[in-house]
Amino acid sequence: MYTELVMEHFRNPRNMGVIEDADGVGEVGNPTCGDMMRITIKVEDEVLQDIKFQTLGCGAAVATSSMVTEMAKGKRVDDAVEITNKEVAEALGGLPPNKMHCSNLAADGLRAAIEDYRARKGARAAAGD
Amino acid sequence: MDNVIYMDHAATTPTDPEVVAAMEPWLTAEFGNPSTLYNLGLTAARAMEQARADIASYVGAEPDEIYFTSGGTESDNWAVKGAADAHEKKGRHLITSTIEHHAVLEPMEWLEKKGWEVTRVAVDSAGIVDPEDVRRAIRPETVLISIMHANNEVGTIEPIAEIGAIAREAGIIFHTDAVQTVGKLPVNVDDLNVDVMSLSGHKFYGPKGVGALYLRKRVRLTPLMHGGGQERRRRAGTHNVPGIIGLAKAFDLAHQRMDIEAAREQSLRDRLWAGLEERIPDIWFNGHPTQRLPNTLNFRVEGIEGEAMILCLDMNLIGVSSGSACTTGSLEPSHVLLAMGIPAELAHGSLRLTLGRHNTDEDIDYFLDVFPGVVKRLREMSPVYNK
Repeated sequence: MYTELVMEHFRNPRNMGVIEDADGVGEVGNPTCGDMMRITIKVEDEVLQDIKFQTLGCGAAVATSSMVTEMAKGKRVDDAVEITNKEVAEALGGLPPNKMHCSNLAADGLRAAIEDYRARKGARAAAGD
Repeated sequence: MDNVIYMDHAATTPTDPEVVAAMEPWLTAEFGNPSTLYNLGLTAARAMEQARADIASYVGAEPDEIYFTSGGTESDNWAVKGAADAHEKKGRHLITSTIEHHAVLEPMEWLEKKGWEVTRVAVDSAGIVDPEDVRRAIRPETVLISIMHANNEVGTIEPIAEIGAIAREAGIIFHTDAVQTVGKLPVNVDDLNVDVMSLSGHKFYGPKGVGALYLRKRVRLTPLMHGGGQERRRRAGTHNVPGIIGLAKAFDLAHQRMDIEAAREQSLRDRLWAGLEERIPDIWFNGHPTQRLPNTLNFRVEGIEGEAMILCLDMNLIGVSSGSACTTGSLEPSHVLLAMGIPAELAHGSLRLTLGRHNTDEDIDYFLDVFPGVVKRLREMSPVYNK
């Protein structure tokens, strides 16, 4: 059902875990749907220095989480926010059609983390930091 | 099969080598169509009628009450659609339960779209249908009651004899989907008070693609398959002779060892659950503790998802099933678990193990060895499990 690359990311996920003092946190999905992701990022000079994921979900959910962190790490925030779910699925060599919805969370989660980072930055600027 | 520890017997079973051997001549030298008039066909017909008689006696029926089909799904479709069509003048109301197999629920839904009314009787938290709820649902226009003998996901065994008695008193045709009980437990159509019953070969070490419908004398169903007049004009189609011979052989083998095998599998199953409870926190059993198929264990694991567990177990050469949405192929998890009141997020984290003839103590030991590590790893990855 899954490509070898998907299985590889499932067996050995990259960047699994939590950044304790993250600059941005993105949470998407919900356990009622059986699919949930939390992405934490560390940003310096607008570059994603570190990124970690935690996922509740199927093989596709885990693999796409792992892949999106691999794709985003080291990128400028402005570039990372452009990563799409389609690109993540393609990077994994494709997903079965009935699994595409499981993959939606990955790029959404990254975007949510970046939005959180920007919101916090904006709040600090407004507070005159 | 050798290297895999297979624990998904409710999905399908390997065909017993003795069954394969019994089938082989009917695929090769004795390839005749039983409806033909020359020796080759007559030989096949004789063997088929012997198979029919054997199967009938195993379920307590007359030979001419056994009709061969392509399997459980066809039998279920025939029972539901056939009863509805034949008795439409009496009324357009059907009764079933919320935990039936899709092969019963889908035909019922299809009839609903055509203007039929369907009452789906709820189950309790263990998956049991209350016969009184069935009684209360009965109306003058009811033409069929269909309740499964045992549920395929959680193994709960329903009070079929009681429900059948209620149906009989009300003069309503009673069908049971016995796909998961035939070959595992004694099934007698008179003891169960059933008028119509579905069974499937590949669930008890027979071949795929063959099953049967028991249809009590004088109970009318419109045929599903019209055509060349086979099965006394009730189920057209050239007979799957090899499959039918295989089905009878599977019945034979199952009955030789039924009690011993049920006790053996139950003992393995119970040891497995005891071991899991000991080793893994925050897991709960789904189903009825005693009124349950001896080989079935369905449980939920807090904080992780079913397909991920299946993949990890598969990597360790263990085959099981789950009630998560990703495995049902829809966005909803198992309708059976939801009907039992299990919250969706826990239904997604459920696992079903169904043991079989080839499972051994070593298999149980191996599972107990491997699974705690799988759970630990997935819980570390989980954003919702923090204990």
